[in-house]
Parts: sequence; C-alpha cells; structure tokens
Amino acid sequence: MKKMLSNPALWRGVVSIAVFLILWEIGARSKQWMAPEFFAPFRELLGAIGLKKDYLPWIGAVPAPSVVLASWIAVLVDRSYWQSWYMSLFRVMAGFLAAMLIGIPFGLMLAVSRVTHGIGFPVFEVLRPIPPLAWVPASIIFWPTQETAIAFITFLGAFYTIVINVLGGARSIDVRYFQAARSMGSSRWDIFRRVILPGTLPSIVVGSAVGMGITWEVVVAAEMISGGGSQIGGTRGGGLGFFIWNSYVGGSYEQIVIGMISIGIAGFASSELLRWGGRHATPWLKAR
Amino acid sequence: MAESKIAPKIIPGELAVQGVSKSYGATQFRKEVVHDCSFTIERAKLTVMVGPSGCGKSTLIRLLAGFEQPSAGRISLDGAPITGPDRDRLVLFQETALFPWMTTWDNILYGPRARGELTRDALEFGEFLLAKVGLQDFRDKYPGQLSGGMQRRAELARAMINNPKVMILDEPFRGLDAMTKELMWEYYSRLYEENRRTNFFVTTDIDEAVFLADRVLVMSNIPTQVRAVIDVDLPRPRKLSDLVESDRANDIKKQALSILHAEAMRSFSRGSKAAADFVEAYLKRASRA
Repeated sequence: MKKMLSNPALWRGVVSIAVFLILWEIGARSKQWMAPEFFAPFRELLGAIGLKKDYLPWIGAVPAPSVVLASWIAVLVDRSYWQSWYMSLFRVMAGFLAAMLIGIPFGLMLAVSRVTHGIGFPVFEVLRPIPPLAWVPASIIFWPTQETAIAFITFLGAFYTIVINVLGGARSIDVRYFQAARSMGSSRWDIFRRVILPGTLPSIVVGSAVGMGITWEVVVAAEMISGGGSQIGGTRGGGLGFFIWNSYVGGSYEQIVIGMISIGIAGFASSELLRWGGRHATPWLKAR
Repeated sequence: MAESKIAPKIIPGELAVQGVSKSYGATQFRKEVVHDCSFTIERAKLTVMVGPSGCGKSTLIRLLAGFEQPSAGRISLDGAPITGPDRDRLVLFQETALFPWMTTWDNILYGPRARGELTRDALEFGEFLLAKVGLQDFRDKYPGQLSGGMQRRAELARAMINNPKVMILDEPFRGLDAMTKELMWEYYSRLYEENRRTNFFVTTDIDEAVFLADRVLVMSNIPTQVRAVIDVDLPRPRKLSDLVESDRANDIKKQALSILHAEAMRSFSRGSKAAADFVEAYLKRASRA
C-alpha cells in the first residue's frame, strides 16, 4: 500500500483526473461567470462566430460534475440503474464469451488447416467488413427474442477481431520452432498443444482485449437502436445504452452523463480484468 | 568431467552428402543454390563449414536436417538415406530457437516429453545436463530472462538430452558479443572434447572455424560446392591464444582466407566486366607469387 502511494504514475493519474474535473466544473458553470458586463465583448465574439452567446461552446451545455455527482447518488438507490448495468454486462459477457469459444478454435483451424482456410476464409472476409450495427435489423428478424438479437450483435463485434488476431498470431510463429519440435520427435497434436497454442496465446489476449472494447461500443448502440428490450419508463431497465437514450428522451442531461461515465468504468474494468488474466496466462512476456 | 552413469551411450553417426543439388522456383526461373555438392561429415569429428554469407550454407543445413529434400543426389546417415527430420540429427539455429513460453527446464525436457519418454533416467539426465551447462539457478526462468550465452547453453542441453548421432550448428554464436563468443568457443570445444559426438558447425568466421574444427570445409559461392578441405591438426585442448601465437593456426587461417577472398571477389565481380577483369588480374598475380 505504501509502495502504491509513492508510485508517481498513480499520482499523475490522480492529478490528471482532478484537473479534468476542475476544468469541467469551471466550463460547465460558464453560464454563471460569463453573465457580468465584463464578459460582454467575449459573448459578442462567440455570437459573431455563430456560437451560443451565454456560455462556453460545448462544455457550457454539459451539466457540471458536482451536479452529476449529486444526481448519481440519487440514482444509486434506483433499481433500474443497476438493472441497466446488469443487462449490459450480461449481454457483453454472453456475446464476448461466445466470440471466444467460437472465434479461437475457428482462428486456429484457419491457421492450421489449408482446407479449412480455403473453405472458410473467403466467406469470413466478405462478412468481416460489415459493421456489427448493420446487422441490427436482420438480427432482430432472425432471432426469436430481442435479447438473443443483441447478444448476437455483440458477439459479432468481438468475433472478427478475435479470429483475425488468432489467425495472424498462429501464422507468425517462427518456422524454426516447428522444425525444432519435429526434429525432437513431436507428433502433430503435440506441436499443436505445445507450440501453436502457447505461441498464439499473446495474440489471443490482444485480440480479446480489443474485442472486449468493441463489444461495449456495439452493445450500447444496439440497445439504443432496439429499445433495449424494455418499454420506456418501465421498471425493468434495458441496459446502459438504453439508460442514456431514455435519459435523453426524458430530458435528464445529468443521467446522460452518468450513463456515459458508467460505460467508461465498465469498459475500463473489463479491459483491466482481461489484461490481468492475460498477464497470468502469458508469464513469459512480462519476464524480460 | 566424466559422463554420468545415467547419460545414454553416445553413438556418433557419419553423414555423407553425395552429388547433392538443390534449386528453388518455378521451372523457367529456377535458381540453383547448391550444385553437385559432395562431402562427408566424419564420425566423431568436429567439421566446420565456412563460406561467404549467402552462399547456401543454410540450405545445406535444411537438407541435412531433413526439413527439405534435395533436387538431386543423396544424403545418408550411416548409409541410410535421410527422409525427414529426426532426433538423430538435431539443429541449433542462428540466434535462439528455445520456446519462449517454456522455462529452461521445460525446454530441456521438450524432446523426451514429446516422445513420451519422460522416465526417471531422462529426468536425471536432464538434471545432469542442466548442471553441465551451468543453469541450475535459471531452471525456472524463461528464455527471455537469460543472456545470449545462457540461451545458447540451454539450447545445447535441449539438443544433447536427445542424444543425437549428429549435432548440426548453424552459426550458433552469431549475435553474441565478442567476449561471450570466445567464452562460448572454449565452452563448446570442451563439451565436444568430452563426448566426441559428430558435430557439424557452420560459420562465416575463420577464427571460429580454426579454433573449433578438426576439419574445415571451405565453400564456394552460389551454387554451393566444397572448394577445399583443410585438416586442422592443432592439439586439443586448444587455447584462445593459439589463434594468434601458433604458426600452424595462422597458416591454416591464411590458406582458408585466400580461398574465401577469391570467392568473395568472384561474387562481387558478378555482373560487372570491369570488376571481373580486375579479379582475373588479381588471381593471375596471386598464382604467380
């Protein structure tokens, strides 16, 4: 703990966030401090370049962090807020786990077998450029429930990234490792288990971390578009994306910010978790 | 240091290369890298092949190891033709080919484990080799945590545990700093003197060749052929100072260098008439002298 407190990187992080919050607070309160006569020329200048006259552009229209914090405390006891967390988290995890379970073996198969690559890769490459969000309408039609439709879209978000990373990682394993393994009498299965799999692991970790980020982007957008599987104003929340959208429709700007920051925290936490898991799975990488 | 009781008996092999050619590319654009090349890697001797860089030495190694097949000719180990990679011919590659995701200990045990031969004897032999390469304290470290010299020693142990009939080393000490390199020469030649395995060592460094070898094969440029075979009859164990002080060592070095120099000039002049004339005049003068 003492070591952590004396870590300069930690203090830089604290200072960075504090400065950000202070500037935000000042900017958000610009409507008040720009009111006096002293700022009249400045206000005229803003108006002359086509901006709103009475506050700083962009930041002045955002609720101040103090206001956001106050309404966050109120929201914390609201079950529908936690329900939104739970729903988004559940969808992300479902889509992400499915993408790992299908993507890693698929990527490895593409890398290992020429036949699989020949058959599977062209289709994969045609489908890959289609953004996951373009799948929303089709997915709502294909899947029986809205829930499965959203999970499918989050799955797509992570799937392509994971497959491409696994394929690239397995392909870039130095040929000498295979030659050495074969010379020492390894069977094909042994080479797969003890050379290809560990050799691809770093790429699996990277692909998963990137895929996790995309999953959060996609789930929020999917929830906004699809209505999140719940009716507006209902007691059952429809995920953080829906929470933001609902706050916007309801005109609660503080809650929009709360929703955004919640996603930031959720995304950061899940990436950290993955990185932590990744470090433990690939101990030879940090050991330099 | 005597070989341990648990160490399996070493049976050195003899590799024969007879009229081997290797070309790459489609029919119209074939490039012959090795042409009608013949030599023998004699039993229980340390044969060093030295040649200009890019002369096809690495191709020859891939053929000897069985990673590739020759376009023509025949390579055999103790009379039996080579059909693919096998534990009886193990290669130490340039730089390191230790598995980065395995500890030193797991790397050394790779071969026995792969063949399902992880017996008590194999484990004991592994311990013996680990001690022999001086890496007991680095047993659970990953290759990335070892210095260049340690990596080379770990790789020697990983090969030796399989008790190969021939050890093939492809510029193994390239990339090490000068100091470590000389230490590795002494270490490696001591190892060789102890167990007299058949060793085939490829390098571009004349000093390295003369210090280590029983026999030196001097190679020509592409297409690769043996230009000269020099027997290095310096007494063992050898000292690094011999390289500078011994007249015999210097004679051998000069002899090898003059052949290599002519080869280097020839490849340098390829494609330039002026340079070719220059080389011709140079060679004529050299032969007169």
